Amino acid sequence: MMDVPLKWLARYVDWDLSVEELAHRLSMAGAEVESIRSSGGEWDQVVVGRVAAVDPHPNADRLRLATVEFGADEPLQVVCGAPNLEAGQTIAFAQVGAQLIDPGTREPRKLRRGKIRGVTSMGMVCSERELGLSDEHEGILVLDTDAPLGTPLADVLGDVVLDIKPTPNRPDHFSILGIAREVAALTGGSVIEPASVYPESDIPIDARSSVTIEDAEGCPRYTAIVIDGVRIGPSPEWMQEALLSAGMRPINNIVDVTNYVMLEWGQPLHAFDFDLLREQRIVVRRARAGEQLELLDGSQLELQTDDLVIADGERAVALAGIMGGADSEISEATTTVLLETANFQEATIRRSRAMHTETGTEASRRFEKSLNPELADLAARRAAALIIETAGGQALAGLVDAYPGKTHPPQVVVTQRRIEQILSLLPSVEEVRGTLSALGISNRWIPPDRFAVSCPPWRSDIKVADDVIEEIGRILGYDNLPSAPLPGAVPDPDIDPQRDLGERIRDTLSGLGLREIITYVTVAAEESAATASSGDDNRIAVRLQNPMNAERDRMRPSLRPWGLRSFAQNQREARGGLGLFEVGKTFAPNPGRQPTETRTLLALLGGESAATVHGEAARAIDFFDAKGLLEQLCAGLGVEFALSADAGDAFLAGGQSATVNVRGQEVGVIGKVRPSVASTFDVQGDVFALELSMAALAPVLGESEPVPSPSVYPSAVEDLALVVDASCPAGDLAAAISGNGLVERVELFDIYSGDQIPNGQKSLAFRVYYRSPDRTLTDRDVEKARRGIVRRLESQFQASLRDS
Amino acid sequence: MVDLEALEAEARASLAEAGDEASLDAWRVVWLGRRGRLTSVLRGVRDLPVEERPRVGAGANRLKVSLEEAVAAHRSQLLASAADTDAIDVTLPGRAPPLGSLHPITLTRRMLERTFRDMGFDVVEGPDVELEEYNFDRLRIPAGHPARDMWDTIWVADDGDSGPRQLLRTHTSPMQIRYLERRSPPIRVIVPGTCYRYEATDATHEWMLTQIEGLVIDRNLSMAHLKGTLEAFVRRMFGADIETRFRCDYFPFVEPGAELGVRWQGDWLEILGCGMVHPEIIEDAGLDPELYTGFAFGMGVERVAMLRYGVRDIRHFYRNDVRFLRQFEGRR
Repeated sequence: MMDVPLKWLARYVDWDLSVEELAHRLSMAGAEVESIRSSGGEWDQVVVGRVAAVDPHPNADRLRLATVEFGADEPLQVVCGAPNLEAGQTIAFAQVGAQLIDPGTREPRKLRRGKIRGVTSMGMVCSERELGLSDEHEGILVLDTDAPLGTPLADVLGDVVLDIKPTPNRPDHFSILGIAREVAALTGGSVIEPASVYPESDIPIDARSSVTIEDAEGCPRYTAIVIDGVRIGPSPEWMQEALLSAGMRPINNIVDVTNYVMLEWGQPLHAFDFDLLREQRIVVRRARAGEQLELLDGSQLELQTDDLVIADGERAVALAGIMGGADSEISEATTTVLLETANFQEATIRRSRAMHTETGTEASRRFEKSLNPELADLAARRAAALIIETAGGQALAGLVDAYPGKTHPPQVVVTQRRIEQILSLLPSVEEVRGTLSALGISNRWIPPDRFAVSCPPWRSDIKVADDVIEEIGRILGYDNLPSAPLPGAVPDPDIDPQRDLGERIRDTLSGLGLREIITYVTVAAEESAATASSGDDNRIAVRLQNPMNAERDRMRPSLRPWGLRSFAQNQREARGGLGLFEVGKTFAPNPGRQPTETRTLLALLGGESAATVHGEAARAIDFFDAKGLLEQLCAGLGVEFALSADAGDAFLAGGQSATVNVRGQEVGVIGKVRPSVASTFDVQGDVFALELSMAALAPVLGESEPVPSPSVYPSAVEDLALVVDASCPAGDLAAAISGNGLVERVELFDIYSGDQIPNGQKSLAFRVYYRSPDRTLTDRDVEKARRGIVRRLESQFQASLRDS
Repeated sequence: MVDLEALEAEARASLAEAGDEASLDAWRVVWLGRRGRLTSVLRGVRDLPVEERPRVGAGANRLKVSLEEAVAAHRSQLLASAADTDAIDVTLPGRAPPLGSLHPITLTRRMLERTFRDMGFDVVEGPDVELEEYNFDRLRIPAGHPARDMWDTIWVADDGDSGPRQLLRTHTSPMQIRYLERRSPPIRVIVPGTCYRYEATDATHEWMLTQIEGLVIDRNLSMAHLKGTLEAFVRRMFGADIETRFRCDYFPFVEPGAELGVRWQGDWLEILGCGMVHPEIIEDAGLDPELYTGFAFGMGVERVAMLRYGVRDIRHFYRNDVRFLRQFEGRR
């Protein structure tokens, strides 16, 4: 985020817009203004006051009593210790309840009514330190203002600040000048460049110092300027005010200049006490093993060998691009300054920042956005000029400019044809040139149809013609570009049968009363093991290096863990029955390649069947409810399925599970979730699962089958009661009966075992519908068909006809 | 001598005693059946003395008609009173077949897909586990690029694997590259898919999110087509009166880049990022960037779902609480 105080901005550019309109235009053009605030916002209950009278304190010689008028009906009396307090002064008066900086702790503190040496004090006449304006605490702040008494201090001393959120391609938006160029371009104005001319001594800088870059990749450029004879003190008021309004604390004139120029140009700088640099030279290198560095903020770093450091002849004196060291800090004793203005590789800075600091610094934030090395000397000269202006002294002649990363910025050629191709309109040559010039982008018109443009030093994002076209378009305003419908042919669609199948299944199951869930893709090793089909399944998984949750460190091999968890979580709320399903991806690793991602369905149901009303008896959901879902699903898909008992899946109970086969292909499993697995996830009672793989099912669905016309001839119906072994699957018998060409449909209508049926056997009663598509069946036809069926059942299943 | 009056009195008396359909039928057999008592009277008319025949014949016929009417009236009376005895409390709850529900993200994704399909877009999906190359490098986001900070990435552990680095895709944009590998212009496609960010969750951030990516490439497409297409999309989504605006924004794989906002309940709300496909991406796909141009866009499905349904906390979506999901019954 970049704080842009409007008073500061106005030093470089004029505009004739309301604050809201200015913020709006900046946002629309790409410099998003996140908020507009007043820099005096924290001065709640601090107002302009006047010292009406000063009286001695009855109990203390060094304290006095000030009577303060501040626009209220009655003046208030406060106890004040400031030596410069005089009657008639206009001052900043803090009322009880105001938030002030405690001059001792420097922390914010709420002002309370208090008694000082026996006299009640009803507020405070503030110093600059108490207002957070500066370190000054010798006396009170005397205001030079005509504002009426009672005016909020923020209206007098405050500023309007735009809070701008730069995009990663625009490091120049981290500078006031960068924003000023936007304003100039958006309002048709121009930018007044700040002065950076200063006198230089006769002694060339090369005679006194040098810069060696040992790591040109980490440091493409390093410039140094040396200024002799500076006097350290506070920076001028205008500079302090500017820094404060942009959210930085003033420190001293040298440090303030480096901060001021960083905010002005977007280029971080650092000032060393030249006399504290051993051998009075600079070496840019990677840190040595075991090397240590104490930073300005007092933190002690154990440097690593890929940290880039600024060193003098002997040791590291700064962590490059992040923070200077304590040993070479500017102090009141400093007389000679070495001013560093350098360029560092963003990846290097990012790595060291992440290693050594929590949030980074104003400097690292800018370097991480990839600054153009061409910017360094511009900012260096500006800072030198300001140091000499505010701290005196004289610069040695020239600057050291170690610039191993120098490249020649390419000329970008932009044709009018391309502008029109991209924007659908063509601004005049003058318009294009005016926009680019206001942005500080140097440009040339090459008749008859093109411009030659080069990227300015404070930017690095003008590389191809379309980059320039964006500049033209955004300053013109995207909302001012034409709008048109898409022309041309509609492309042929891609067919994705698995995706389509997933969508059909979603529709069917939600139509049958189940609720769709969407769950997270990561699972824990134990969850995955607990729900695996077999012990082998869990050995390999797609593991994550930095999962959101340390335990859920792998991509789900199935939907089972989260499905059961969701089921358990919802059981209490779901009175009666609960049916959930998910169609989602599951992941299986492929060494050296991307995992196989398979769309999978998992449906879970349990509890009691359907809604019961009026006290009707509920029925527990069982296997056949799950199977019923499968029947409906397959009916909807136009395929038949077959189950083969015992899926052999550790997730399911052996006696109540089956694999699902469609057209000879195994496509999934169905059954009761093994109770020991369900209880691991806190599921209460039985839960039944249907799991299908779209990858297996979609290919066997194939084309939809032709729909036969219904027969116009009547059907003949017969019941067939068969006695078979108790373990004989009814489905196999029904399939065998259906095998007869005249059988249209078979229904199982009774299962019986007990009296009249031998032990270990059961009676199954089927209703058989015979029909021919081309004639009316005679009794003889039916009789013949039945005999054939019975013969087959007798030989295949040792079945016998009951009552015969 | 036939006493028709006595006969009628007897018939009516026994009819009055018939309390249900069965006894009505029995009564009918007794009195009006083929061998019923009144039928016998009529049959016996020809055996009567000639002077009695007209009186008895006419009287018996009238009586037959009258008894038919009586039995019909009695029958309908019986039916009516039978219905009353089966009366139910119609205010009791119904026996409703259960109504399921689709997840709100599915509903919203489908609505977005329908809208784009109507505009001639193809719909494809891509892998959730992506190669670094597709997620970043080929979208002009090389390692160390400042824009990589825009996406905090969840990486796949290499587990001693020597293959290329893999990650959970941070956006659906890699599918731009994959689609361009197998299709040539005209291209008009959207890519719905789940994306992942290494990001703390709160009311407006989830680490798992659903995006819809769009890519359109053809000869000489301009920002006018980008605007026209996305404006049409927004009108179909939010109604013809919706106000839109495009502001400049940055995504490394487009140039110029933009962001589309709509005025929603008085405030401008950013709903999608977009821009002209960067000429280097067109060129990398083996196309002439002077001839072929196009645009890309991307939006968050959760965000749209939050607007549609007034959901204030994004975390509801993947908590899968039935009390939340139940509210989407019957929604589209």
